[in-house]
Amino acid sequence: MYLYDQYDQRIVDERVNQFRQQTTRYLEGELSDAEFLPLRLQNGLYVQRLAPMLRIAVPYGMLNSAQLRKLAHITRHYDKGYAHVSTRQNIQLNWPQLEEVPDILEELASVQMHAIQTSGNCIRNTTTDQFAGVAADEREDPRPWCELIRQWSTFHPEFAFLPRKFKIAVCASEEDRAAIHAHDIGVELLANAAGEYGFRVLAGGGLGRTPVIGAVVCDWLEKKHLLTYLEAILRVYNQHGRRDNKYKARIKILVKAMGVDAFREAVEREWEILRDGPSTLTEEAIARSKSFFTAPAYATLDGEASAQSLQARCAAEPIFGNWVLRNTKAHRVPGYRAVTISLKATGFAPGDVTDQQLELLADMADGFSFGELRTTHQQNMVLADVEESALYTLWQQLQAAGLATANIGYLTDIICCPGGDYCSLANAKSLPVAEAIQVRFEDFDYLYDLGPLELNISGCMNACGHHHIGHIGILGVDKKGAEFYQISLGGSQSKDAAIGKILGPSFSQEDVPEIVEKILATYVALREEEETFLQTYNRVGIAPFKEQVYAKTH
Amino acid sequence: MPKLIKDGDITEDNWLPADTDAEAPPAGHLPSLAQWQALPDKSGSALQLEPGDDVSNVLPSLDQLVLVAVHFPVFTDGRGFSYGRELRERGYRGELRALGYFLPDQIHYLQRCGFDAFQFSDEARLEEGLRQANLSAEHYQAAIDEPLPLFRRRV
Ligand code: SF4
Repeated sequence: MYLYDQYDQRIVDERVNQFRQQTTRYLEGELSDAEFLPLRLQNGLYVQRLAPMLRIAVPYGMLNSAQLRKLAHITRHYDKGYAHVSTRQNIQLNWPQLEEVPDILEELASVQMHAIQTSGNCIRNTTTDQFAGVAADEREDPRPWCELIRQWSTFHPEFAFLPRKFKIAVCASEEDRAAIHAHDIGVELLANAAGEYGFRVLAGGGLGRTPVIGAVVCDWLEKKHLLTYLEAILRVYNQHGRRDNKYKARIKILVKAMGVDAFREAVEREWEILRDGPSTLTEEAIARSKSFFTAPAYATLDGEASAQSLQARCAAEPIFGNWVLRNTKAHRVPGYRAVTISLKATGFAPGDVTDQQLELLADMADGFSFGELRTTHQQNMVLADVEESALYTLWQQLQAAGLATANIGYLTDIICCPGGDYCSLANAKSLPVAEAIQVRFEDFDYLYDLGPLELNISGCMNACGHHHIGHIGILGVDKKGAEFYQISLGGSQSKDAAIGKILGPSFSQEDVPEIVEKILATYVALREEEETFLQTYNRVGIAPFKEQVYAKTH
Repeated sequence: MPKLIKDGDITEDNWLPADTDAEAPPAGHLPSLAQWQALPDKSGSALQLEPGDDVSNVLPSLDQLVLVAVHFPVFTDGRGFSYGRELRERGYRGELRALGYFLPDQIHYLQRCGFDAFQFSDEARLEEGLRQANLSAEHYQAAIDEPLPLFRRRV
C-alpha cells in the first residue's frame, strides 16, 4: 500500500491548515456561502438535508488497520458511531459539525488520509478493481497507475474549477470490475499487437441524467505518456465543456457534441505541446510507485492440501461452506482466498458500518490479511489475502459481528445511494426500498437460485447508486410532489457495458418489492438451463417483462 | 487608480477593464480580443481575454504583447486557468493578470498556471490576496512555477 513520505505529508498538512483558515474566514463572514461552497466541496464537505456530510477519500479503496481504527474513532467522537461506504469506494460521515471538520481533517492527516477532491467540480478519487494485486485474471496491478494518477490530479492547479465533476477509473484485468465504461475517463491496461502493455483510453462515459458508454479516444498509449495524455483531455474539457447548464456540463456531452473524432483531434493538438514534456513518466517514477504494491510475505502453502481440508470443513458445516462459496474468491497464490465482507445485512443501510465493526475489521485485517482492507464500489469490504486455513476462524468472528451475510453478487447485495433520508438532492428515499426488497427476498435458497443479480438504487438522476448499470435499476422520481420509482432492466457494468432500458410507468414505494418479484418470476419462467438474469433478458428483450408487470390482474 | 497585487506587493496602474461594446478600446481601457485583433500595430500591446475566447488567435503575436489580462466574471469558471498555462507554455513572457471576480484562495493555483498579477474587482480582497500570494507550498505536478513534477524531484 502507498505510504507517505515527507512530501506527501507536507502536502496534506498544508491543506488542513488552509481549510482551517478558510472555515474561520467563512464563520467570520469574510467568505460568503457561495464562495465557501467550492472550497469546502474540494475538501469533501457537503451540506446535506440534516447536517453536513463529509466524504473521506479512500484512494482506490485501500485502507490499513491504523486508518480503520482512526475512522472508528472519528465516527464515534465526531459523528453518530457509523460510517457509510460510497459507490466510489470512499467513506462518508453523515453527522459531522462544520466547526469540527478541520479537526477531523487533522486526525485523518495523522494516518495519511484526507478528504481532498472528494466532491466539487474537480478530478475525484480514482477507482479500480477491489481485487487488484490478487485477481487471477489480472494483467498487471492497476494500483501503481492509480497512485500516479492520484498524485497528478491532487491539487492540480489547472483543473480545480472544471465545468463539472470528473471521475477516472482504471482496469487491468480481463473482467472489468471498475466500470471503466461509465467514467469520464476509463483507462484499460492491455497489450498491443506486439505484446507490449500500454493503455487504452476511453472518454465520455457516465451515468446521471444522460447515461453514455465511454468512447475510445486512444487505442493504445505508451505507459510513460499516461499523465500528459490525461492532461490533454482535461485541458480540452476545461476549455470547451459547457458551463451554461450543469446538466450538460459533463465531458460525455462535449464528446457527443464534437463527435469522438473531432474530440480526439483536439486532444492530440493539446497533447503535441505536452507530449514528451517533464510530466512524461520516468522509469524511476513508475518503479517507485510499483514498489508500494509488491506482494505481501505470503506463506508457501501446499495448495492442494489446503483446498482439501477447506473442502472437508465446508462439507462438515454447510453454513460455513455456503459463505465460502458465496463470499470468497480464488486467489492467485495457492492456499489463499480473497474474502468479501458483506455490508448488506437486512435491516442495515447498504454500505453502513459501525465504529465497533470498523475496529473489529481492523483487528481482522491485522490478524488475517497483512493489515490491509479494501472498500468496494459495490459498498462492501474485502480482506484480500486470507489463508484458507484461517477462513473458519474469520467466519466465526464475522458471524458474531453480523458481518457474515452470504449474499455477495446476489439480489440482496444491493448498491444504494443514501437517498432522501440524507441527501438534499434526492427525489425519493432509497434506503427503505432497499430494505423492503431485502426483506421480501429473505429466502436464501431462492436468492441463490436466481443466480448473479445486480440491483442498484439511486434516489435521483445523479445516479450515485449507479441504477443505469444495474441488471435491475431503480430510480427515485418525483411525480407531482410524491415519491415514485422507475425501474429499468438490462444494465451492465462489465465489459459488455450497457445502459438499462426503462420498463414503463413508475411505481409507488409499497409496490416496488412486488414488481421486482414479478420481474424475477418472469425470468425464472423464461430462463433456459443455466442462463443468468442478464442472459435471459438479452435473449428475450424487455417485452415479456413489461407484459407480466403491467398485466391487469382483473 | 485600480489597485492590484504584483511582484509580492500591492501596487496601482492605469489600465481599466475592457469595454467590449465599443468598436475601438476607449482610452485607458484594455482592448478586448476583437478590438485587439483590429489593431494595426500590435507591438507593445495589451489585451483582455474573456472565458470562451479562442486563445489560438493570440498565439502568433505572443512576443508583441506586454500584458494579457484574463477576465474572471465568476470565480467558478475555470477556463482562465487553462488560458494562462497555454500562453506560458507557448512562450508568452509578458505580464499575465487575473482580473475580476476570483478568490484570494485561487491565487496560488493561478500563480501555478503562470499568472503574476491579480486585480480583484473587490479591492477589500487585496490584503488576504497578498497574504495568499506569498504562501509557499509543495506540489505533485509540474506547472509554470515549477516545471518539474515531484516525481522528478523527490529525494
Ligand atoms: S443519487 Fe441523488 S439522492 Fe442519491 S446520493 Fe446521489 S444525489 Fe443524492
